Amino acid sequence: MRSLRLLWRCIRNQNRIFWRTPIAAFFTLVFPILMLVLFTAIFGNDAFDTVYGRVSSSQFYTPGLAVFAAASSTYTGIGINLASRRELGILKRVRGTPLPPSVHLGGVVLSAVWIAALGVVAMVVLGVVAYGVNVEAAKAPAMLLTFAVGAATFAALGLALASMAHSVSTAAPLANATLLPVAFISDIFVPLGSEPPRLLEIAGDVFPLKQFGLAFGEAMNPFSEAPAIEWHRLGVLVLWMAVGAAVAARRFRWDPPAPSGRASRRRGRPVSHSASAHG
Amino acid sequence: MGSVSLVERAVVVGDLVKDYGSVRAVGGVSFEIERGEVFALLGPNGAGKSTIVEILEGHRTRTSGSVRVLDADPATAGASFRDRIGIVLQTSGIDPELTVREAIDFYGASYSRRRPTDEMIELVGLDDKADNRVSTLSGGQQRRIDMALGLVGDPDVVFLDEPTTGFDPAARRRGWELVERLSSQQRAVLLTTHYLDEAEHLADRVAVLSKGRIVAEGTPSELRARAGSALIRFVVPSRADPVSGLLGPVSGEIVGRGRHVEIVTDAPTSDLAHLTGWARERGVELEDLSVSRPSLEDVYLSLVAEPDQDGTDDCGGSDASDASGAGDGTSHRGGSDAGGGTDDCGGSGDSGGGDAGDEDQGGVGR
Repeated sequence: MRSLRLLWRCIRNQNRIFWRTPIAAFFTLVFPILMLVLFTAIFGNDAFDTVYGRVSSSQFYTPGLAVFAAASSTYTGIGINLASRRELGILKRVRGTPLPPSVHLGGVVLSAVWIAALGVVAMVVLGVVAYGVNVEAAKAPAMLLTFAVGAATFAALGLALASMAHSVSTAAPLANATLLPVAFISDIFVPLGSEPPRLLEIAGDVFPLKQFGLAFGEAMNPFSEAPAIEWHRLGVLVLWMAVGAAVAARRFRWDPPAPSGRASRRRGRPVSHSASAHG
Repeated sequence: MGSVSLVERAVVVGDLVKDYGSVRAVGGVSFEIERGEVFALLGPNGAGKSTIVEILEGHRTRTSGSVRVLDADPATAGASFRDRIGIVLQTSGIDPELTVREAIDFYGASYSRRRPTDEMIELVGLDDKADNRVSTLSGGQQRRIDMALGLVGDPDVVFLDEPTTGFDPAARRRGWELVERLSSQQRAVLLTTHYLDEAEHLADRVAVLSKGRIVAEGTPSELRARAGSALIRFVVPSRADPVSGLLGPVSGEIVGRGRHVEIVTDAPTSDLAHLTGWARERGVELEDLSVSRPSLEDVYLSLVAEPDQDGTDDCGGSDASDASGAGDGTSHRGGSDAGGGTDDCGGSGDSGGGDAGDEDQGGVGR
């Protein structure tokens, strides 16, 4: 009970931190929506052949960009957040308090999932209201389930990212260098059409983003039959979730990386403390 | 407050060893801290202070030895242990996006005996900054939040790792008052510092750490006593020639540097009488003559002085550090060859002392 109350506090604290970091809020929430508006403006909203059949371009882009927003919030968001908080010594501080580390991490993850949900809802609402995108109540459970599995997967991968990256200056480029190229072969920004190059198709299938996107898109596809749950795609996601969780469990560190000047500090003059300013 | 038995020892450390790979950072350290006691670990950077503190907090594991904090082993203790300790680290940050009040609220929430946020804000004197973001505060002000976060859980044992680094003099005084209050409330305080005046002012007992070993331990006045009960300083007048007649009969230990003479003595009265008699006979003045108690700093510097930083000399501080490294804990200012007063030794006390208290302290902008 007490842990739940603390978890709730942690989530709210992380949400507050998110909204006070405008650059993060922009890239996770505004940027994907901007893409939907731009793509629809550039390509028009006419029907064309896609993986879902012949649907409007907004019907194709809305689920993909919604999933992209969810992946940015969880994978990129958690990865950078934890790497930067570790570097600042905040994770170390938490470890010195009675707040259980698992509760703190849970707060970080659930806050990112909450932001991801906001991003997805904003995207879908915009698609429905502005572009007449199809959403059916009968397939809502499929949307919810797909979102939950996908967000959990990318959250686990975000934890893995924070475990691999030494500092925030490596976490941010690493996040972008992995997520963006994968997005281009995952039917997110570019419709690969009915016959994409075979190699790109296979590559896209291996990574979790395409599976997340297509599973979510199928749940919104006007031609699919309820319940429209793509179990095999969710299965691939669960595999990636396990990989992410395993990497994080093995590699996650709480302490800030040792400053590079460590060795020189040992040889300092007896009472000189200029090297010890923490910064 | 909880019913805590009085026999519970705050901190007991026995033969603690910590190796980093092949480097021995802490080489067999033992000490105890009682409730209501402020215990200071004093030593240069790299002496092992922070390593010891972090082992006691549970942040690091030890290689060998025993550690009990509030009857628990910090290496395995859980949330209920951390509920009763307070930590002010050098290297732990504060969420820059939060305000001071929010940070104290958030971190305070996990303690079962949390103090009210407003009380903590007032305690560290950040009333007018309470609703400012942490990122907008100076390094010294952030240190004060550190202090508030370390104390918000009303801890029984408090670890303060260089708590006043980056404080301006007024904030430092306030920090000291805080620590004094803690000890009056029967808290046990482990303080690390390289400000000697801080240790002298706050600590009931001081352990001087050098290269991972305790080279001296005692109350500040006990440590001071090791350097003799008094320190006589003066400058030999230039026209007074051979000084052997002057310094020969002196009973204390003589540390010379050219014409600047320092005598560490247990018999200041008779030594002084001899010196002044000698000068009066010849009608000369002993310039800048002073008699003082040796400061803790004098003792400290002689204990931790390292051979390589005094340059090429083969006297002075290096003897002291070798002797103390062997663990006998006595301080030999100057060593045995310093009697002549003509060599250039024994300067470490002066040259090193200058930057004990006044060096620039960045600390801003984490």
